[in-house]
Amino acid sequence: MVARVERFEEPFVIEKIVFGLLSPQEIRKLAKVTIIRPDVYEADGSPVVGGLRDPHLGAIEPGERCPVCGNTREECPGHFGKIELARPVLLPHLGDYIYMMLQSTCRRCGRLLLPQDRIEYLRRIYVRLKEKWPRLAEVMANSIAKEASDVTECPHCGERQFKVRYIRPIIFYEKRPEGEVRLTPIDIRDRLERIPDDDVMLLGVDPKRARPEWMVLTVLPVPPLAVRPSITLETGLRAEDDLTHALAEIVRENEKLKNFIQTNAPETMIEDAWLTLQHVIAAYIDNELPNIYQLTHRRRRPLKTLAQRLKGKEGRLRGNLSGKRVNFSARTVISPDPLISINEVGVPVEIAKILTVQMVVTPYNIEEARRYVLNGPFKWPGATFVYKARQGRKIDLRYQKNYKQLAEELEPGDIVERHLINGDIVLFNRQPTLHRMSIMGHIVRVMPGKTFRINLLVCPPYNADFDGDEMNLHVPRLEEARAEARELLLVEKHILTPRYGGPIIGGRQDYISGAYLLTIKTTLLTLEEVSRIIARSEAPVDLMEPAILRPKPLYTGKQIVSLFLPRDLNFRGKAKINAGDLKCENENCMNDSFIVVEKGKLLMGVLDKNAIGAEQPNNLLHVIALEYGESKAREFLDTIFRSFIRVLEVKGLSMAYSDIEIPKEAKDEIDRLTEEARREVEELIDQYRRGTLELIPGRTAEESLELKIIERLQKLRTDAGNVAIKYLNPFNDVFIMARTGARGSDVNITQMAAMLGQQTIRGRRIWRGFRTRTLSHFKPGELSPEARGFIKGNFRDGLRPSELFFHAVAGREGLVDTAVKTSQSGYMQRRLINALQDLVVSYDGTVRDSWGNIIQFKYGEDGVDPMRTYHGKPVEVSRVIDRIRSLRGSRGGWRQEG
Amino acid sequence: MSSGVPDRRILEHELVPEHRVLSFEEAIALLRKLGVKPWQLPQISLNDPVVRLLNAKPGDIIEIKRRSPTGGVHIAYRLVVAYERRA
Ligand SMILES: [Mg+2]
Ligand SMILES: [Zn+2]
Ligand SMILES: [Zn+2]
Repeated sequence: MVARVERFEEPFVIEKIVFGLLSPQEIRKLAKVTIIRPDVYEADGSPVVGGLRDPHLGAIEPGERCPVCGNTREECPGHFGKIELARPVLLPHLGDYIYMMLQSTCRRCGRLLLPQDRIEYLRRIYVRLKEKWPRLAEVMANSIAKEASDVTECPHCGERQFKVRYIRPIIFYEKRPEGEVRLTPIDIRDRLERIPDDDVMLLGVDPKRARPEWMVLTVLPVPPLAVRPSITLETGLRAEDDLTHALAEIVRENEKLKNFIQTNAPETMIEDAWLTLQHVIAAYIDNELPNIYQLTHRRRRPLKTLAQRLKGKEGRLRGNLSGKRVNFSARTVISPDPLISINEVGVPVEIAKILTVQMVVTPYNIEEARRYVLNGPFKWPGATFVYKARQGRKIDLRYQKNYKQLAEELEPGDIVERHLINGDIVLFNRQPTLHRMSIMGHIVRVMPGKTFRINLLVCPPYNADFDGDEMNLHVPRLEEARAEARELLLVEKHILTPRYGGPIIGGRQDYISGAYLLTIKTTLLTLEEVSRIIARSEAPVDLMEPAILRPKPLYTGKQIVSLFLPRDLNFRGKAKINAGDLKCENENCMNDSFIVVEKGKLLMGVLDKNAIGAEQPNNLLHVIALEYGESKAREFLDTIFRSFIRVLEVKGLSMAYSDIEIPKEAKDEIDRLTEEARREVEELIDQYRRGTLELIPGRTAEESLELKIIERLQKLRTDAGNVAIKYLNPFNDVFIMARTGARGSDVNITQMAAMLGQQTIRGRRIWRGFRTRTLSHFKPGELSPEARGFIKGNFRDGLRPSELFFHAVAGREGLVDTAVKTSQSGYMQRRLINALQDLVVSYDGTVRDSWGNIIQFKYGEDGVDPMRTYHGKPVEVSRVIDRIRSLRGSRGGWRQEG
Repeated sequence: MSSGVPDRRILEHELVPEHRVLSFEEAIALLRKLGVKPWQLPQISLNDPVVRLLNAKPGDIIEIKRRSPTGGVHIAYRLVVAYERRA
């Protein structure tokens, strides 16, 4: 594509923007036509003269010439019209200002209701304040208005003042001694007119830009047609814009009122028509005001009037100015595909045929380009457009029959707009886009189906799952953008996160269970099984000698893993299962919970969450990514991880009701523990009632009691959980998942098998509900565990009704918390990003904003990129030792060469 | 602002890092090294207690040696100003 270089005018700098009100004179000067008829078109289809489509509003039809400016529709800017209102009408959105002015000025002479010397004193201060601290002047004006509104007698003319009652948005009453009297817009306008300019200023309003009486309309501007274009439906019918409908309603009511006045109709009829006109104009400005009749279509759909165009998420500001839409993008549901690379994304053929990339035809790719053109726009991989360079012509292949001829005529320099094909790079995004890994570059892999496919290992950075999540895809169109995407955005460049210095891409759930089952000591595999597992990785590896030769050759899972580790890798670390009975401090331990990798051989320890899990700093994966490069880490993730899944397919992993069943002895033991705790709690309550309870420093007796009870009951649940776990088979699948960190925790198992324990709200036992008790099941004032949300039951055996209720109560607190937290942290995030988005680390290590102002003299005060650290530490001494040892023999002495 | 002289002992407080006014030559060298105009530096108020104790004037540059939890000693500079930059 040829970039067109344009000469730009020296831009003007906007110094300030001032908002004010239009005066009636300005509105009349602006208007080129007075609108007196509510219809748009005559029966013959010509626009109504004096109607809402009067030609003087501007030319909009092709070929039409504007009677005002003489231009055609391309040049005519459009012109305002006006409606001369039969009687004045309040501007509804300014009601609060009208109210303030009515209250703080005299009802007879219009002066600010403060003594003259006070006014002069305030003015001197106000003028100076306005100059230096405009925002403070605003505050001052408010307090002046407040001060004046409390005065009951005018200091200037002595007139007695009455309070004004305001019913939003347009109704005002004056509270006279004889009763409330409604103030009509005429009354209000008269009073506002009487306020002198100098007093207006003290109320925070600039009288040159907004005289108070301009808040009461006598003439209404009618916007040009470009603001409210009519659209022609397929049926040939013309549909007018909502604003035109609203304006028609105003003209109708205005003409009716005018007619009543001219024909001397009864005063009540005139009043009614006037009130209707006020309602209609209020709705024209904002159709969602309270106490106003909404303007609607025939089908009761409310009209979108002026305020509705600007307001809200879909409004002009949030919908059009802050949020923009893009082309060359696609969105659909995501689903998993463990067999594609983490760098790839599966794109449905249907989408690949719509998203396109421009390809410049050269002698080297002309044959390829011809193949695309030959396929046409409907067959993948094809092309949708051809730009002929020499003729400067754009050919839409959808309307072409002879692809063959076009393909033959193709010549270097032409541009072919071709379908997305395998190997293209695209940007892939999931909202909310909270960190930079929320948009990554993926390599396209076109496949059948209607969903985007992603490798499961990239779920953590996107925070994606497959319960209906949708994601967006964007095609970078320029060579520069594509190169940038490949070099900077590609998934493998984001295995490590700058957020905390660790791997954010990695195994979860089944990957972890699979790795564990593969690497435990009891896993011994025949050659055939090994082949099946390794085959899934699709990596070419040389199998070593089996660990066991006789009676038949058997491989260990650790041998298989070792095939994929870097040759010189040394690593030591604790496994996730390294806890409780399986504790291991170092390699001299038989529990297999301490990982030892020596020269690329997994000698000891099982692989679980602490070795291959996502978001686990300093694990095996992290070390590989950091020390061997992201490309090596990607290879590791793309190969052995698939084998982990394969292990599960062979061995099977599921969950049964029986997995959380505990024997009767265990239940009895838990019952005994519960009785013991109950007695202790009763004792505490007794002490509290007698007043002998030992108080916790800084706490009242009630608080001390509650804290002690919670502590005791918490201990009970832990104890009960330990009993349950003691009786569970350590190789039952649920327990495996919890121990390895694949899914679930000890607490989950406890709650399923033993007891739910104490439910809390804001860290306290449940106390709310009825007057002195939580539920009517309990005695008034009862403090026993079960009356305050302690649940002895478990999920397996089921809950009692009151227990279920307490559980729901605590569960709801969790839901509310997450809802509140996400909105609050989202807002904080937005503000931080707005403040920090243009900061840059420059070559001298300083952090600067876009004007070159220095923000930090050294990035992070240490100049360290957290992405390339061991969980924040630039150097990890134990790693240095391990790496040096890899240069030497594993146990002392330099490696002997030869 | 407040008229009293700040207590000299604040300079000894462990949370108050070491402040020093750069000489004219040092200041010029610093600005040249960073390639910035004085107003592109972060600022410190003339009313800052330590600035008042150091008797610094608007336009002076103050060197602050801070102990950073990650980076050992970090040196920052602040331009003394009578009125702070508006946000
Ligand atoms: Mg989801
Ligand atoms: Zn015109
Ligand atoms: Zn008066």
